Amino acid sequence: MRIDCPLCGARDRREFHYLGAAVYLDRPGPAAGPEAWDAYLHQRENPAGRGRELWCHEAGCGAWLAVERDMTSHAVVSVRLAEAGA
Amino acid sequence: MRYSAWQVIRQGLTGNRGWAPVWRDPAPRPAYDVVIVGGGGHGLATAYYLAKNHGITNVAVLEKGYLGGGNVGRNTTIVRANYLLPGNSEFYSHSLKLWEGLEEELNFNVMHSQRGVINIFHSDAQRDAAARRGNAMLAQGDDAILLDRDGVRAMLPYLDFDQARFPIHGGLYHPRGGTARHDAVAWGFARGADRLGVDLIQNCEVTGISVEGGQVRGVETTRGAIRAGKVGLAAAGRSSQVAAMAGLRLPIESHVLQAFVTEGLKPVVDHVVTFGMGHFYISQSDKGGLVFGGDLDFYASYAARGNLPMAEHVMEAGVALMPMLARARVLRSWGGIMDMTPDGSPIIDRTPVGGLFLNAGWCYGGFKAVPGSGWSFAHLIATGAPHGPAARYRLDRFARGDLIDEEGRGSQHNLH
Amino acid sequence: MRVAGYGRVDRGAALSFRFDGRPLRGFAGDTLASALLANGVRLVGRSFKCHRPRGLLAAGSEEPNGLVSVAGVPNLRATMVELAEGLEAQAQNAWPALGLDLMAVNDLFAPFLGAGFYYKAFMGPGRTWERVYEPLIRRAAGLGRLGRAPDETWRETAYAHCDLLVIGAGPAGLMAALTAGRAGRDVILAEEDAAAGGRLLAEDEEVDGRPGADWALAVARDLAAMPNVRVMMRTAVTGAYDGGTYAALERAAPGHAGPRETFWRIVAPRAVLAAGALERPIAFADNDRPGIMLAGAARAYLHRWGAVAGPRVAVFANNGGAARTARDMARAGVEVTGVFDAREGAHVVGSRGRQGLRAVTVEAGGRRHAVPADCLAVSGGWSPNVHLACHLGARPVWDDRLAAFLPPQDGVPGMVPAGAAAGVFSTAGCLASGVDAAVAALGVDALELPRAEDGAYEIAPLWHVPGKRRAWLDFQNDVTVKDVQGAAAENYRSVEHMKRYTTQGMAPDQGKSSNLLALAVLAEATGRSIPETGTTTFRPPYVPVPVGAMGAGGRGRRFAPERLSPANDAIAGRGAPTVEAGLWHRPSYFPAPGEGWEAACAREAAMVRNAVGVADVSTLGKIDVQGPVAGAFLDFVYANGISTLKAGRARYGIMLREDGHVMDDGTVARLGDDHFLLTTTTAAAGPVMRHLEFVHQCLRPEMDLRMVSVSDQWAQFAVAGPRARAVLGAVLEGGLPDPFPFMACGAVSVGGVAGRLFRISFSGELGYEIAVPARYGTALYAALLAAAEAEGGGPYGMEAMNVLRIEKGFLTHAEIDGRVTAHDLGLGRMVAEKDCIGRVAAGRPALTDPARPRLVGVRTVAAGDEMTAGALLFAKGNRPTAPNIAGHVSSVGWSTVSGRMIGLGFLKHGPERLGEVVRLVDRLRGVWTDVEITAPCFYDTEGGRMRG
Ligand SMILES: Cc1cc2nc3c(=O)[nH]c(=O)nc-3n(C[C@H](O)[C@H](O)[C@H](O)COP(=O)(O)OP(=O)(O)OC[C@H]3O[C@@H](n4cnc5c(N)ncnc54)[C@H](O)[C@@H]3O)c2cc1C
Ligand SMILES: [Zn+2]
Repeated sequence: MRIDCPLCGARDRREFHYLGAAVYLDRPGPAAGPEAWDAYLHQRENPAGRGRELWCHEAGCGAWLAVERDMTSHAVVSVRLAEAGA
Repeated sequence: MRYSAWQVIRQGLTGNRGWAPVWRDPAPRPAYDVVIVGGGGHGLATAYYLAKNHGITNVAVLEKGYLGGGNVGRNTTIVRANYLLPGNSEFYSHSLKLWEGLEEELNFNVMHSQRGVINIFHSDAQRDAAARRGNAMLAQGDDAILLDRDGVRAMLPYLDFDQARFPIHGGLYHPRGGTARHDAVAWGFARGADRLGVDLIQNCEVTGISVEGGQVRGVETTRGAIRAGKVGLAAAGRSSQVAAMAGLRLPIESHVLQAFVTEGLKPVVDHVVTFGMGHFYISQSDKGGLVFGGDLDFYASYAARGNLPMAEHVMEAGVALMPMLARARVLRSWGGIMDMTPDGSPIIDRTPVGGLFLNAGWCYGGFKAVPGSGWSFAHLIATGAPHGPAARYRLDRFARGDLIDEEGRGSQHNLH
Repeated sequence: MRVAGYGRVDRGAALSFRFDGRPLRGFAGDTLASALLANGVRLVGRSFKCHRPRGLLAAGSEEPNGLVSVAGVPNLRATMVELAEGLEAQAQNAWPALGLDLMAVNDLFAPFLGAGFYYKAFMGPGRTWERVYEPLIRRAAGLGRLGRAPDETWRETAYAHCDLLVIGAGPAGLMAALTAGRAGRDVILAEEDAAAGGRLLAEDEEVDGRPGADWALAVARDLAAMPNVRVMMRTAVTGAYDGGTYAALERAAPGHAGPRETFWRIVAPRAVLAAGALERPIAFADNDRPGIMLAGAARAYLHRWGAVAGPRVAVFANNGGAARTARDMARAGVEVTGVFDAREGAHVVGSRGRQGLRAVTVEAGGRRHAVPADCLAVSGGWSPNVHLACHLGARPVWDDRLAAFLPPQDGVPGMVPAGAAAGVFSTAGCLASGVDAAVAALGVDALELPRAEDGAYEIAPLWHVPGKRRAWLDFQNDVTVKDVQGAAAENYRSVEHMKRYTTQGMAPDQGKSSNLLALAVLAEATGRSIPETGTTTFRPPYVPVPVGAMGAGGRGRRFAPERLSPANDAIAGRGAPTVEAGLWHRPSYFPAPGEGWEAACAREAAMVRNAVGVADVSTLGKIDVQGPVAGAFLDFVYANGISTLKAGRARYGIMLREDGHVMDDGTVARLGDDHFLLTTTTAAAGPVMRHLEFVHQCLRPEMDLRMVSVSDQWAQFAVAGPRARAVLGAVLEGGLPDPFPFMACGAVSVGGVAGRLFRISFSGELGYEIAVPARYGTALYAALLAAAEAEGGGPYGMEAMNVLRIEKGFLTHAEIDGRVTAHDLGLGRMVAEKDCIGRVAAGRPALTDPARPRLVGVRTVAAGDEMTAGALLFAKGNRPTAPNIAGHVSSVGWSTVSGRMIGLGFLKHGPERLGEVVRLVDRLRGVWTDVEITAPCFYDTEGGRMRG
């Protein structure tokens, strides 16, 4: 699998660290309540198709990336810098 | 038809023409008392124990492909009860006891082989962690032996004791741990359930779950609608999709785990061995192939196949631990879809939908759980009450913080 | 038998070799297989289950029978072993010898050893499976012997990148590579065989008016001469993976000086699959006798190596291969005793001969007769080699006309099938298809085509000839037509059930030449068509890959990097054994002559308590954070407040994971208003850094700050003990800054080098940590030690450090094991009232339950008693069973100041049970001790020594 880092270009999967679904970008506020926090930390849509997730180009530029990927075909659809927002 | 050595001889003498079908191949009926979604190890064992323990035989197991075609037929077959934490400890202990009588119970040789599992450790800190685990196993009534370096050398002389990057300090030996023949477990439970009257329906994908007034009414399938008073989900890697049909979102992310087998070799590895520094484990199948694997590929996936980085890492760990392995040749690699939870432990529980029960989140440890999970899930479905050893596998434990995190890795699904 | 005037072996270069101890001779250019045939050796192996005598079936890597061991490496295909002088090959799976294999009695029991017999017998009682049956089965099963000696073979892994990967150097692959190469593209041409040409090497065919093999050789030479083309011979592409990544295994030629095997990852956005087709046999009664081989293999042995399996050859086929084989054999002067074309109603229905074929029984026009033959060339048709095209999960597509599966469309993005792999079976067609594929893949210009034969492929499917006796499908696993029919009758009707129940296709050849036959038999038995029955899954690797090739990076110490402190040489010079932390090596203890670890540890700990000690702490993670809002950022990532810290001061901090558990601890030093330096534990440095970047980039991108790991840039040493001031005074330029209170930090100068000084203590004594740029580490360490020794001190290692910190109740990852909260550690009050990572989740009800095991100290009641880490704690009087587990001990050490073993641990309701005596139980190591629960601090509880 290869991921096209917006800063470095296409690189092998082994340069990247996977965190999980891109919901990690939508951190609830401290007063959001237990349900929102449970959803954020645990509950996942877990799509059997396209989904968005967070990867870090750890052995490259260090950028965190929001990657849209197909979980069934492993095709990478789009890659953006996470700091640009979801 | 009862299987036995005499039967094998009798049939052999008459041209092997008299074998009865291992199971019927019925068409689905319009309604059942209980419908189980998923004809993997857990679904089949659940159906078997529903019939056997609770006398509930008006049951259908709906399988979208062929029986045992999911993870139960692609795992690396390790069966053990060497868990640390309350919740897991009693559950796997119960499951292992069921394994120990499974052949007679099912009249099917599942080749459960208690050849011993040895977890190698490489530092004092790892030794102390192993000791804590071993003590928990003993307290649970299971068996554990702490081996020092010489003890390991006596049992596994072929490990790298001299050149290794991570020197071997010792191992935690679990003599009752071992392996089994995965397909046979699925087939044995399937045959057992079928003989008790359960309908095993293959090529029947569940495409919808009908819920009325908060109560489950049945399922829609590619072979028509089926009514049911109770529905049990045992869809492993596909749990999220199936639960979503009832409007549920699960604390599960699906990941791919790879495994590998070498060409057939004469006996050379007699135990199950795991490497404390390389996420590598290995055993030798009775046919002679060395079966081994390691960690997840670490990215979400529904493709039952993996990629090279993890495959290479597993091979590297194998070579590091067992230098002889370098000249064995990998014949085949494959992958399975793991239903990973935020603490690495499973869920056997009711759901917010009445009559809908969930069995999921087995991560990569659900093969050894097959009899225990079937037993406990059947109990839950039949009685509505959790079964003792599985009582802590609750769906709301994440929200409550009552975690069973063996690895101590935290709520990130892929780290367990 | 060698045929004069045939073959491309070098008859001037004779080679001697041994097979099963028997001295034989061959020529350069032979494979072991061709040389054996040339020597009249037909029996090459024994089958897996029934130990049937077996001969060569094929001429390539798909060979099922000719498995041999060479130099301790088992299961090599004789067809792929290039002959070399002195080669010694052993047959496998026969006892005592290949010719007289006593295990062949198994064959007599074959009626009882049908598919899946073992599922129906050998059940209990008790452990008879492990004790009796399983060892017997294991010993009987398996093929070659691995041997337990370490493997020292040189292997490597490597990467390659190209525009186009061409898989296979037959006519299609050569033309594809030539088309792309001439267009100036980067091309890799990978060919499994030692020679280019594919079927051109095996047939009597002309291309452009010259022998096909010569044409191929010339093209391969042209390609090799192009700077943009890399021709990789002896390189099997073994797998297709995501993103245009392919795996390939390169074998070295005999005598080659480099690595014996190289595992390649080839990144190629486009690929041409020109992997040819594999021939399949037809199953008939006793079709496994040595001498019965695939017709295409028989022609390959004749044309390429000048070898035939015997003087009399018969042919049986359901396609044009019948006539072609007979023609070629006859031309070569080999006697053709019969040509049986199934399309004309002639069937071979049996065979005779003990360890090799003598005659075949033929049925034609309703009559049976015997036909003498030493070799039967069989062809059931050709199957395109779709394997790689299906590695990403796509299923091949059935083609009725070819009676074969074709590669799926777009099964692997960017891959274009060509030639026989695409179902094109004439030479002219293959040449054209290769050009087309390159054009389709890259949009380059087409090349002009060479002239070649363009015959049609006509086949009338015939999978097996019905009969009473066993007809083999999978030669390696001894699966017969009856086994498959029996599986279907028992309702193992899915193709996967059939495969798993009979083991069809699960042997080393993965059923390359037999799977389709078995499918057809199953389809027939279940009344379905072949496409309805479906195939099993194609999985990498295409051919078996040595674990040691794919895992070449794992050998010995190469398995993981080793990290060495900047002071490593100085430490090693003092004879300290090391322990591993993260990937770092850290000194355990510094033994005086004749001293064991326990004595050394006690001495070093006492030295720190009474004088002064120096410890290398360079391995701790160090992260430099700068920016105007750095303080606010750290407030967010640490559970406790950081922004209130004044410049020139340091503070202990704990970081939580977002799920509320403690991730790591360390100190935060504020070096300037906008400048912080964090330390992490050694093993957590990487994960913490990644986490901080995540928080910054993903959760707080608007925060203006930057951070960088400086773990490797700084050498750092702890100087601890009542005499610490004197030591530092001796090395610091201008002496120790004054005042420099507890938790102060600041810049210092050491021998003209800018350094940093921190007044922090992990030992509970007056303590400092001093840091200099890494390259001065050794020098500073030496200077500190000299000064310390002058004060009656010296170096101390991890063992003493561990005891010192346990005495003070300071934490390591033995306590912070990923399952504990700040509340569990007694640090709940540090979690400040503010929004920070982990605070909300830490408040979940089960995580704040007072009944949770919480940090306590434990000390043995009796001074001489033992205590172990990993032991469990039980209330006195409770039986040591799982429901009664009240806690565990996480760290222990011999405390000189306490005069006994002490430890840290976790106990339910712990802080409420101080003074209680509980039972420590370590059944694993036979330790049962009464221990007293204490607060987690055994020494200087007021902290006066540290602050003083
Ligand atoms: C490579 C690998 C190695 C492993 N090693 C081990 C090991 O050594 N030890 C161990 O204990 N565990 C191991 N495991 C884990 C273990 O295999 C699984 O946890 C366990 O098999 C899962 O339960 P199951 O058998 O019920 O799942 P499965 O066999 O996957 O059953 C789920 C079934 O549900 C069906 N299904 C899904 N959706 C639908 C639908 N909509 N309608 C109808 N049917 C549906 C699927 O087709 C499937 O047959 C391993 C797993 C893998 C992949
Ligand atoms: Zn990058």
